Amino acid sequence: MEVREIKALLALMREYGLAELEIDDRKKGKVRLVRGIAPLDGASANHAPPAVAAASTPARHVRAPARQSGNTEGPALADNERLVTSPMVGTFYRAASPDASPFVEEGDAVRKGQTLCIIEAMKMMNEIEAEVAGRIVKILCENAQPVEYGQPLMVVEIG
Amino acid sequence: MFKKLLVANRGTIAIRIIRACRELGIRTTAIYSTADKDSLHVRMADEAVCIGPAAAEDSYLNIPAIISTVLAYGADAVHPGYGFLSENGDFAEACRRSGVNFVGPRARHIRLMGDKPRARRIMLRAGVPILPGSEGTGVTELREAQADAKRLGFPVLIKAAAGGGGKGMRIARDATELARFFPLARAEAEAAFGSRTMYLEKYLERARHVEFQILADNNRNVIHLGERDCSIQRRHQKVLEEAPCPVMTKRLREKMGKAAVRAAQVVGYSNVGTVEFLLAPGGQFYFIEMNTRIQVEHGVTEMVTSTDLVKESIRIATGEPLAMKQRQLEVEGSAIECRVYAEDPDTHLPSPGVVTNHHPPGGLGVRVETALYDGYRVPVHYDPLVAKLIVHADDRKLAIARARAALREYLIDGIKTNIPLHLRILDDPDFIAGQFATDFLTRYETRAVPAIAESRPAKAS
Repeated sequence: MEVREIKALLALMREYGLAELEIDDRKKGKVRLVRGIAPLDGASANHAPPAVAAASTPARHVRAPARQSGNTEGPALADNERLVTSPMVGTFYRAASPDASPFVEEGDAVRKGQTLCIIEAMKMMNEIEAEVAGRIVKILCENAQPVEYGQPLMVVEIG
Repeated sequence: MFKKLLVANRGTIAIRIIRACRELGIRTTAIYSTADKDSLHVRMADEAVCIGPAAAEDSYLNIPAIISTVLAYGADAVHPGYGFLSENGDFAEACRRSGVNFVGPRARHIRLMGDKPRARRIMLRAGVPILPGSEGTGVTELREAQADAKRLGFPVLIKAAAGGGGKGMRIARDATELARFFPLARAEAEAAFGSRTMYLEKYLERARHVEFQILADNNRNVIHLGERDCSIQRRHQKVLEEAPCPVMTKRLREKMGKAAVRAAQVVGYSNVGTVEFLLAPGGQFYFIEMNTRIQVEHGVTEMVTSTDLVKESIRIATGEPLAMKQRQLEVEGSAIECRVYAEDPDTHLPSPGVVTNHHPPGGLGVRVETALYDGYRVPVHYDPLVAKLIVHADDRKLAIARARAALREYLIDGIKTNIPLHLRILDDPDFIAGQFATDFLTRYETRAVPAIAESRPAKAS
């Protein structure tokens, strides 16, 4: 893909307020653009992340879980796997209350929008929902563990 | 003493606070944005927590994220540093409500001193001299400003009621300028502080900016640690500071120090603070405002008084009484601080980028406070202050020579810095003679480098 085309895509992302865009074109190949978020270090992506995280245009209102962030190392992912990351700093809970059963276990199938876990921040319980349907491959955090912004919580296999 | 302190800041001051905590045996939690994952404060703290994306409002200014870090990671104190949330009463209150100690004054004192017209009224009642200016709660409309200007006489200084950092500040020398600058300053104030309330002050020509460092414990004991001269400013931003003020006398220091202590005492202030004055050529002085936090230039006071202000502020926050008395404090020698900004020394445009080589100066009486290291990328998102070079010597002449030598030794490759500007200042005959006022840099810049004066953005004053 040419620089000119990437620039046009970036303009579209800005226009519609998109933080992330992925295009898989048979002829031109695959490109994934992330605005204002530093690309993840390490071998999590098997295609080179495009260096377009334009530092001068920080995404100011990225409140949704950003799948890739620069701060925390995640595990190596297969092509059909995605990370669920924490959208805020807080405490990670696997269940709605101490005596309730966990929302999900490793190996469970999940539908889009299903609650995966809770992040407690400022005494508020924030339910983290699945962005895609699939299967929980791995749960990366312990119950009641403090988590950072952007910290990987789970690995989901898209299905 | 506290067990774990969260440093709610970044850059030079975060490192300064972490060092103080180490000496006190307190564990530290750094917070950072995604743009700062390679920053030095993240590496130096005992633990570091990413709290949000690069934009300051989503990270370093994000009160819920910081409080939530305090609760999730279990800190018992928060130090706000300078800038960001350091003068935000809501943040101090949020800390208190979450049961965590805020290293700084109480929320009501932050709010009180943040409301400049209100602070002026209180100082007037306490007998601390203030400049003639707008009365009451301030002005929002041009016609009110015109009425005030008529009473005061030109030139006047237009200031934001919620002001700070030179934003929303303009000098008006006549009625035409007032009509032109008042709406501009008001718009700037609204953008920066969310308030369009302004006030006018009589503008004092040839005045120096002289501020007094104070320390106050929770039992209303207040002392001052002498003054700093911060007249070397560009667009109301300090560039070079020194202690003591070159024209200070023992008698004047006593008088001004007493006024500064009274300013803090009258409101029942606690922790560190700075009372800022304008000092007229005739020796009259006037209260401008009080900063309710540790200041960038606290280092020069530390050098001449042999005090660790950051450690003192933490001790006071634990409830300890002041460790020293006024009469025990003496100003010894002379200290100069050069603020090193990542900017072009001529155009003053920011110069972010990768620092390829960082070699700070050293030797007797040389102190460098910086977050730079080889390979560090100076981010575009935050303040351009990258280092503070502080020198201390037996007298002012030697301090100037030491500052010059240290600046020449200081290598920062990969980005541009204002080190050449500092060298020009230190070579200036007026500076060497100690004869200058807040307009020094404006006059000096136009005189020394006329060729680039035209390409520079319009001056605030």
